[in-house]
Amino acid sequence: MNKKTLFRMIIAALLFCASMPFIQVNKVQAFSNQVIQRGAVGEDVIELQSRLKYIGFYTGKIDGVFGWRTYWALRNFQYEFGLPIDGLAGATTKAKLVKSTKYTKGNNAQVNNGNANKTNNKATAVNIPKGFSQNDIRLMANAVHGESRGEPYIGQVAVAAVILNRVNSSSFPNTVSGVIFEPGAFTAVADGQIWLTPNETSKKAVIDAINGWDPTGEALYYFNPATATSAWIWSRPQIKRIGQHIFCK
Amino acid sequence: MIRGLLIGVLALGVIGTGYWGYQEHQEKNAVLLNAENNYQRAFHSLTYQMDLLNDKIGATLAMNSRHSLSPSLAEVWRITSEAHNDVGQLPLTLLPFNKTEEFLANIGNFSYRTAIRDLDKEPLTDKEYETLKVLYKQSGEIQSELRKVQYMVLKNNLRWMDVELALASGKETTDNTIIDGFKTVEKTVTGFDETDFGPTFANMQKKDENFKNVKGSPISRNEAIRIAKKYMNMDGNTKVKVTENGKGADYGFYSVSIKNEKNGQEASMDITKKGGHPIWFINQRDVTKQKISLHDAMTKAQTFLKDTGFTELELFESTQYDNIGVFNFVTNKNGVRIYPEAIKMKVALDNGDIIGVSAEEYLKSLQSRKIGKPAISLKQARSKVNPNLKVMEDRLAVIVNDLNKEVLCYEFLGTIKDDTYRIFINADNGREEEVEKLKDSENLFEDVL
Repeated sequence: MNKKTLFRMIIAALLFCASMPFIQVNKVQAFSNQVIQRGAVGEDVIELQSRLKYIGFYTGKIDGVFGWRTYWALRNFQYEFGLPIDGLAGATTKAKLVKSTKYTKGNNAQVNNGNANKTNNKATAVNIPKGFSQNDIRLMANAVHGESRGEPYIGQVAVAAVILNRVNSSSFPNTVSGVIFEPGAFTAVADGQIWLTPNETSKKAVIDAINGWDPTGEALYYFNPATATSAWIWSRPQIKRIGQHIFCK
Repeated sequence: MIRGLLIGVLALGVIGTGYWGYQEHQEKNAVLLNAENNYQRAFHSLTYQMDLLNDKIGATLAMNSRHSLSPSLAEVWRITSEAHNDVGQLPLTLLPFNKTEEFLANIGNFSYRTAIRDLDKEPLTDKEYETLKVLYKQSGEIQSELRKVQYMVLKNNLRWMDVELALASGKETTDNTIIDGFKTVEKTVTGFDETDFGPTFANMQKKDENFKNVKGSPISRNEAIRIAKKYMNMDGNTKVKVTENGKGADYGFYSVSIKNEKNGQEASMDITKKGGHPIWFINQRDVTKQKISLHDAMTKAQTFLKDTGFTELELFESTQYDNIGVFNFVTNKNGVRIYPEAIKMKVALDNGDIIGVSAEEYLKSLQSRKIGKPAISLKQARSKVNPNLKVMEDRLAVIVNDLNKEVLCYEFLGTIKDDTYRIFINADNGREEEVEKLKDSENLFEDVL
């Protein structure tokens, strides 16, 4: 009888030891100590979404981007648990979340991605400025890269801003593609340089311009004084010069 | 024998090259024809739309019943946008054709505004009727000019490719019927002195405030540099460059750029001459690693704004792009959000440096506005909102509406199913001024960004 118990205990101990590595791997992960707010991207957001999903407040995709749905889920959680409702995942909110939910690093994101062999702790979505899609940004980045890749960063933001100013102007087409592909409007479109692969800088410049940075003072035209052939363009009121380009109205 | 063989091979080569050349030539012609046809389609479609536009405005003038007036004006609006679209497809960019395009846009705006209005309550005024008559006459003139060009094009088989070549080579002076025709159209439109579009149209083109309401006394170059240095956190050897605005600018500004000689990093900003306010500021550098949270970055941005003299601002939106936080602040005056007064801030998430400011919108809409008391209660406004909306937040806000007017509204933020909406109800008359579906994140396609 006694021997049997001892034997069982040894077996149990062995099993426990054997499972040790797995327990360590599945160690419960808690948030880093940042306050998470709307718009944030990253691991903490994945954890936040997973935990909120675990207790049914969040029903969307776990994509690692703190969007509106996550925001409302968090606020509902704060409301139900009697916390101040501010939509921020601060220390108390996170502590409450950790206490009432389970989360294991790596697991949740993988399951929801259906992408089991990828250790996915990276966001699977991105923030995109209002009114645009990633593809619009890529198209604009193509134009900016083709037109001004030798220019300083400000000059690239400026070219993107001119495209957007034209979209808003009544004397130009009303869409990004309409403006870019207007015959004769951009030399890079005419000579095919627009189809070069844009680099990171031009994408950043486009996002800055969309977010409201306009270094040109609302210019609608620009030209390179060294290569401009049209006499008419010189007659436009000039606002300023950035790099090789003169920007005008 | 060898000579004969050589001649044979060479002859074969010549024939082969000739054949290849002919093929290339054929292909090139096909491509050119294709492009030409696209231009022709846009051009003939443009003249067709102008015909239609003239007819439609004429028909609208003859209409008596309000029930048919609205659809007819909506039709005018649609036609102008089609015509506008056609113009955009013609190679006219280097040709001054803006006035005509603006004319089209103005007719479009006018007809849109009148079409959406409740014409039973607010019928067309005599003045607006007068405007329609003038528009009818003017569109008729454009139509007849364009028809003349169309006739010449069809009669002489004129090609748009020649126009494009003529414009691109800068030889606009050479006789080209199409170019001349379009120049005549443009001249005709320029001849129409500003059509009076009536009171609803009053503030349409007066959007640019030219920083009229910005306060302060003129600053010198050196002061501009001093202000710029406050924004640019740079030490070591720097090279400063200041330039003044060009003659065509709407307002006076200094462009200051500071370059760090050691690492080549460059920051630039524009500062108003009057008062030395920042218009925009960009400090371009790579931010490779996130070390601080978006929330901390926001606090930094807030402190910075307070330190540089922007008061009463509250955070409205925060977004993280890679390792950069972008924040949108708006004025909050006694609990009323003033959306036109917006400042955007960019903060690097590695060390919390401010790497971008954009205050152009803020400076343009800055004014001493009197915010009246709302005429309807929050509850009354709430009843105007779609009952399916689960309201989560509400507040008072000033927005610029469809007619480019600032209006006091109740703002409701809420959800319908999984989507979040922002709805503005006019606080004076309960009209739904704006409904906006707020954007959530977008799934990543294979690193597009």
